[in-house]
Order: sequence, then structure tokens, then C-alpha cells
Amino acid sequence: MKVLLGIGGSEDSLYALEQAVARAMAAGDDLTIAIVENPDSSMDEGELRARVDAVLENEGFDAEVVSLSGHPGSQLLEFAEREEFDRIVLGGGETSPLGKVQLGSIAEFVLLNAQTTVTLIR
Amino acid sequence: MTREYPDEVAGPYEGPPRSFADRDGRDIEIRRYDDEFETLVEMYLQFDPEDRAQGIPPTAEKGIRKWLDNLLLDECVNVVAWHGDDAVGHATLVPDTEGASELAIFVLREYQEAGIGTQLIECLLGAGRESGIEQVWLTVERWNKAATALYRKVGFEPCDTSGFELEMAAKLAA
Repeated sequence: MKVLLGIGGSEDSLYALEQAVARAMAAGDDLTIAIVENPDSSMDEGELRARVDAVLENEGFDAEVVSLSGHPGSQLLEFAEREEFDRIVLGGGETSPLGKVQLGSIAEFVLLNAQTTVTLIR
Repeated sequence: MTREYPDEVAGPYEGPPRSFADRDGRDIEIRRYDDEFETLVEMYLQFDPEDRAQGIPPTAEKGIRKWLDNLLLDECVNVVAWHGDDAVGHATLVPDTEGASELAIFVLREYQEAGIGTQLIECLLGAGRESGIEQVWLTVERWNKAATALYRKVGFEPCDTSGFELEMAAKLAA
């Protein structure tokens, strides 16, 4: 399966990175990692790329890494459709002080607008 | 993230204790939480899964205990509605990292639509004000008209309308 992981640097996206790499290795999936601009994230693109490289190297796994600029949700969807991905994978949200699950704005946009199947990592 | 708070103070409401008869004639008492941990666990074990929102309360007992541990810390404000020895409602304020507090309220299914929620949330806002909390916010699922109507009635106003969930805020002190 051709899988596109979108990450913007939030905690849940970093967790999704590790889970998606592990899953792709187990399933023999073809994984592409798209770094998107998340305005709420404190990590810049360079830091995120270093993190991605470290995870891939640590796991001994090979994945294509691309950077998408502009509106993160729509850029991810356009890329997924253009490159004919089977699935988009995203972080599944963070929790509020009270423990409520709060979906990120990118995940909300992608869920509502995607033609591609979407998986959220919990 | 900067959150817009209303210009008007909500209430101000009196904190606990409060006693009243609900619309079904049941005698209800609201008090500050006072180490009744196991009774609250019992209440959440009875909580109707349909009434869960955004992943809380957790469904399994282990999850409930862990979640309550976090809510019942000293820096949080908790009030409980009692019918005799049974906890039937619970409302909580949990501090965030920006000096405000997040609010949530839970009432058991068979005690809903009896006026307990309004009393409970007013009491919680009163307790919060007495504890020096000035800003309170919450998120609510958009389709939950009963909840959003209750929050508006006690002084919350919508502040972030962009996401799946509606965010609302209230001010407890000028």
C-alpha cells in the first residue's frame, strides 16, 4: 500500500511518525513522509526533518521525505491525489488539561475534505 | 493561543454548599469534593457511554481512576452533586498552562434534565471564583444543543468557532 504520513511537528504528529514507520515496516508499505507547515508547532522544518531522519536511521527504514509549503491540509490532499496514495496517516489529536481529545486543525480539514482514506494514530 | 473572554463577569455565583429539590422532587446537595474518591469512581462506572464527549470520561475502571487522579489534584476545583450517599453529578476546573482553567461537567443520565446541571455549574463557577480563578474555558461538541444552551445561560460565550468542537469562555472576575 502507498501511504502518505503528514506531520507538522505537534506532539501527536511525532508519535504518529514513530507508529507509521513501525507499521510500514511490518506491513511492507511504501511510506512517504510529508512535512507540512503547522502554525501551532514550535518545530521548524529543519528540526522536523532532522527528527524524521533520526527515526528512519534508527529503524533502518527508507522512506521518501518531502516538504509541502502553503496551507497544510489542502497541500496534503492535493499531493495525495496527484501521487495516487492509498491512505493518508495523521496524528490523532492531543489532550486538553482535562483529558479531552482535541483534533488538530490539519486533521479536521483533511478528514472533511479527503477523497483518500484517512487513518488517525491514537 | 490567545482566547477572547467576555467583557461581562459570569454570575457572580455563590459557591458550595447548596441544597435544593430537583424537578423530580429529589433532594440534592452540592458540596466541594472532600476525598470521596471511591464514590466518584462508582458514579463514573455508571456513566452512560452515550454521554461521553471527546474521550471522557474513560470507560474502563483503570482509565477512570487515572483520569480522576489528575482531576482531583489540589490545584483543581471540584464540586459534587449528591443524592443521599450517591454521587450523581461532578463538575471540575483544571488549570491549563496559561493561567486559565478548563471546565467540564458530568451528570448521570437518570439525573439529567432536572435542573441539577445548572446548579452544579453555578456552584463550580462560584467555587472557582472563591479560589481566585479568573478565566474559564471549555470545548463542547457543536451538535450538543443542551450543553451549549446551559453554558450560555450561565455566562459562557463562544470564542473559537473554527473547529469541530465549539470553544466557549467565561470570566469570573473583572
